[in-house]
Amino acid sequence: METPKIGVYVCHCGSNIAGTVDVQQVVEFAKKLDSVVVAREYKFMCSDPGQNMIKEDIKNLKLNRVVVASCSPLLHEPTFRHAVQEAGLNPYLFEMANIREQCSWTTEDHEKATEKAKALVSAAVKRVRYHQPLETKDVPVNPATLIVGGGIAGIQAALEIADAGHKVYLVEKDPSIGGHMIQFDKTFPTLDCSACILTPKMTSAGSHPNIELMTYSEVEDVSGFIGNFKVRVRKKARFVDEEKCNGCGVCMEKCPWKAPSEFDLGLGERKAIYTPFPQAVPNIPVIDKEHCVYFLRGRCRACEKFCERGAIDFEQQDKIVELEVGNIIIATGYDPFDPTPIVKYGYNRYPNVYTALEFERLCNAAGPTGGKIVLRDGSEPKSVAIIHCVGSRDENYHRYCSRVCCMYALKYSHLIKEKTEADVYQMYIDMRCFGKGYEEFYERLSKEGVKFIRGKVAEVTDRALTDEEKGKLIVCGEDTLLGTVIRVPVDMVILCIALEPRSDAKQVAQLFRISQGADGFFIERHPKLDPVATMTDGIFIAGCCQGPKDIPDTVAQASAAATRVLSLISKGKVELEATVAVIDEEKCSGCRVCNILCPYNAITFIEDKEVSRVNEALCKGCGTCVAACPSAAITHKHFTTEEIMAEIEGVLV
Amino acid sequence: MSFEPKIVGFCCNWCSYRGADLAGTARMKCSPNVRIIRVMCSGRVEPTFILKAFELGADGVLVLGCHPGDCHYVEGNYKAARRMPLLKKMLAQMGIEEDRVRLDWVSASEGDRFVAIVDEMTEKVRALGPFKNNFKEAKYG
Ligand code: FES
Repeated sequence: METPKIGVYVCHCGSNIAGTVDVQQVVEFAKKLDSVVVAREYKFMCSDPGQNMIKEDIKNLKLNRVVVASCSPLLHEPTFRHAVQEAGLNPYLFEMANIREQCSWTTEDHEKATEKAKALVSAAVKRVRYHQPLETKDVPVNPATLIVGGGIAGIQAALEIADAGHKVYLVEKDPSIGGHMIQFDKTFPTLDCSACILTPKMTSAGSHPNIELMTYSEVEDVSGFIGNFKVRVRKKARFVDEEKCNGCGVCMEKCPWKAPSEFDLGLGERKAIYTPFPQAVPNIPVIDKEHCVYFLRGRCRACEKFCERGAIDFEQQDKIVELEVGNIIIATGYDPFDPTPIVKYGYNRYPNVYTALEFERLCNAAGPTGGKIVLRDGSEPKSVAIIHCVGSRDENYHRYCSRVCCMYALKYSHLIKEKTEADVYQMYIDMRCFGKGYEEFYERLSKEGVKFIRGKVAEVTDRALTDEEKGKLIVCGEDTLLGTVIRVPVDMVILCIALEPRSDAKQVAQLFRISQGADGFFIERHPKLDPVATMTDGIFIAGCCQGPKDIPDTVAQASAAATRVLSLISKGKVELEATVAVIDEEKCSGCRVCNILCPYNAITFIEDKEVSRVNEALCKGCGTCVAACPSAAITHKHFTTEEIMAEIEGVLV
Repeated sequence: MSFEPKIVGFCCNWCSYRGADLAGTARMKCSPNVRIIRVMCSGRVEPTFILKAFELGADGVLVLGCHPGDCHYVEGNYKAARRMPLLKKMLAQMGIEEDRVRLDWVSASEGDRFVAIVDEMTEKVRALGPFKNNFKEAKYG
């Protein structure tokens, strides 16, 4: 090994580090460490002058190893590796000591913080001696992309990538794309008809030569890595031949069996063979086995008799499709919160208590009431209360704000005022109208005569205290602005339910190896600076699966995710991690323990030599095999046993 | 002055190291006794690392990985967990108290949990007192 000449650079990070850690002491300490040629401090090491300081020293003092003690390597390791490389050193001859996140920010006592910083610097210095130059390898990026979820986020991302000329597989678990947005009546604050602005996008996604729609399908398995994912998709049997069906709809007309419509949230009905809504894309029905009498009792087949194209296929089986893609965008959306557990609000107990999504369908001209806002008995409500923050901003359910409810609540007020004579009460905690044109919409609604009552609703009840309250739902609570207890008798109650992570979010996270936050939504790579990437390279997130957001934000995030994918496609290659495992064939005893342990099947047994060998393209560098090898024949590059042992010694100074 | 234990912490790159970073970003305070060494996965932690730490003067060792099912490399954390009972047996034979070694899980979003584990571990080891190294005779790989 060449004689190590180490340079150590301790960052103040303004007062973030220097406010707690005695940087000067750390520098003096570092100067005395073995092989350290120079130790310096600087206000902001990551700044240009900071980086130049390192580069100059590498040139002038012939440094061959560099240690920077500053923030987390997850933040600036790439920055400094790059700087080191620019000065002619291999980027892996660098090590970082995390004295901000894991030291100055978590420690109150200045002396103890300084001690800890010294220990971390000593560990980095001891470790970096053993660093070896490593080379990264390039692998090509498959230009095809998988998008999971066919709501507005998935559709938007798919169109952007497809329009740029690249193949997209758009997988949707429901029979049609469209997501929640297609269920909405109008969008706030512009009051555009939701379906009118979405259906053109759905149709172009459906007919785009570069988009392969896979509806009624689910991803079952994902393997591989950025640039080269392998995905297994299950196309559930529709019992309708997609090639033959021309979407004429006769089957649905003739089917004698009905079931509650999922699309209308059970407020309307559909047939046992159905498309969820008239503008479905693709316009190909599915047979719902649970309600089809042929599947239940073995008789009927009416649809088959009337289908002129012979597209009905009761024998159809699920199909497994294997895809190869370079990048994946997850846009699986959200679930509406089920307010049944909040018993005091009376959902499922009082028929005229609706959820927000149910009300969307009620308002919609294509909905179960033809767009008439009516009570269950068909009469028009004379008064409506809209209760905000149901399941949001509530310790017992979700602590977060669902961000869209204030605005859709205002939209409802407008629609109710437009279509009925009813009085509208908004029972809110805070009005949050943060978006473009939102505050103005709020003002406009205040002028339309909507009554705003500030305070959390305690209860919805039908127990009347006065004649006036008889036969009504009474919304009880406190008006915190007036400081009085209130009872508002109304005919209809709408609950502004939270947006919550999908019930299968955990499985999706595990499938794609991404993480969930404490609230259950998927975590982005960085909350401020990288809101679309995930910790897994090549996997991006967009829309409400990352957190509640409105349509414009969803579209923006989806476009951003698409752009990230496109830039990877146009670059055409990705660098493979150099920190892989290698087996010393001299030492390998051929026990094959590592073969079984490797989660990526990256290790094969070479029969004639009786040794194991690592396929570097498949190895992800976890190091599990290294830890398990009884002959110590495997080296984990950049995490070698020597390096880690040196680090242990270092932290224990 | 009270005894300040030295604890070596192994954190995997994908969950627990990020959880530790998050504790800092959120300016949560925790005892400074645990010094973290980053490994790619908890499955990389060899039993000899833990023994080495004790040999070099550690009073405790903390190994933190992703929650079961969340390992970035599918199941490295299960493998780490499976090695533990054997190691603990060996430690017992060497006279190392059980509480000096802890394997646990911290996700990238659990800064608070990281702090709780670190503080708890520090107090336990503090109560045990300094680890007396009588490794001289005990030879290992
Ligand atoms: S990556 Fe965290 S335990 Fe494997």
